[in-house]
Amino acid sequence: MSIYRGGIGQWSWTFHRLTGVGVLLFLLVHILDTALIMMGPHWYNKIIRFYRTPLFGLMEIALFAAVLYHALNGVRIIVIDFRPETTVHYKKMFFIQMALFALIFIPVCIIMLGHIAQGLHP
Amino acid sequence: MEVTFQLLRFDPLKDRQPHWETYRVELEPTDRVLDGLEAIKGQMDGTLAYRRSCAHGVCGSDAMIINGRNRLACKALVKNMKEPIRIEPMRGFKVLKDFVVDMGPFFEKYRAVKPYLIEKEARPQKERLQSQEERERFDDTTKCILCGACTTSCPSFWFNAGYVGPAAIVQAHRFIFDSRDGGAEERLSVLNNQEGVWRCRTVFNCVEACPRGINVTRAIGEVKKVIAKGGR
Repeated sequence: MSIYRGGIGQWSWTFHRLTGVGVLLFLLVHILDTALIMMGPHWYNKIIRFYRTPLFGLMEIALFAAVLYHALNGVRIIVIDFRPETTVHYKKMFFIQMALFALIFIPVCIIMLGHIAQGLHP
Repeated sequence: MEVTFQLLRFDPLKDRQPHWETYRVELEPTDRVLDGLEAIKGQMDGTLAYRRSCAHGVCGSDAMIINGRNRLACKALVKNMKEPIRIEPMRGFKVLKDFVVDMGPFFEKYRAVKPYLIEKEARPQKERLQSQEERERFDDTTKCILCGACTTSCPSFWFNAGYVGPAAIVQAHRFIFDSRDGGAEERLSVLNNQEGVWRCRTVFNCVEACPRGINVTRAIGEVKKVIAKGGR
């Protein structure tokens, strides 16, 4: 059996699922790490120190990309659900979505990379 | 020209798992993939099993995965296909032999949406009149040939065989939006549940797979909207 060669819709749906699960996993981890404060400052400060490493800075950029993609794709799906007649333009809508993604992601990514480079990562 | 085919063969009497077999046949570039299958079955291996009937894109018998995508073998020209031409049975149904799948569950769901006119008023003496605009409303979904290409291209259906599927929803749409029909409520109650229209994730594989060019996702969206609004 081979991978089904669906179009744009199949891959946008796959990424929607992946980014959704990814963001959910992050939220679970985030709830756990903030809960560490209940065990006192030692473990909490330790995890916060890790959050300030460049590696986590890069992971934060990936997190931002996942949230942004999931949000924009979600809006596209909502538009299609409320206005089924827009389905005739679904490819165009996806390209507009990705253009918006690039427009927002690239400058934010540059700012976040700048923070990492300058060691200003909060 | 010599054309190479790779076919995912499965004989339940001999094989535990499906396996790929390669065949080379002489074809014209203007021949269809179905002509290639006919040549293989006729000249090389008579045990090859697939469905075909009209061979002209009308009966919907020969839908299969050709080079990774659902297509009708009788509408796919060899010259437009990348070689080797890889053929698999449609996904999500039980494979009976080679490319013959059990369409039983597919037609059960088709019947579940009551794909026939349900009279809403006393039968008129002559024909039931309908304006051009009223007919236009469901024109797209009258084109369905029940090949199953849409339903078996849908990831929601692959992961949940209970999903009523795009083809049955298209059939329901054809009657729900017909001004002469009075059975919309009955059909909408079949579609307004977990295994109904709400399983559609607007993946659009159905739109790309439909050999008749039906905007299946739009039809499903319109049915969703009618349910959300509480009626036609």
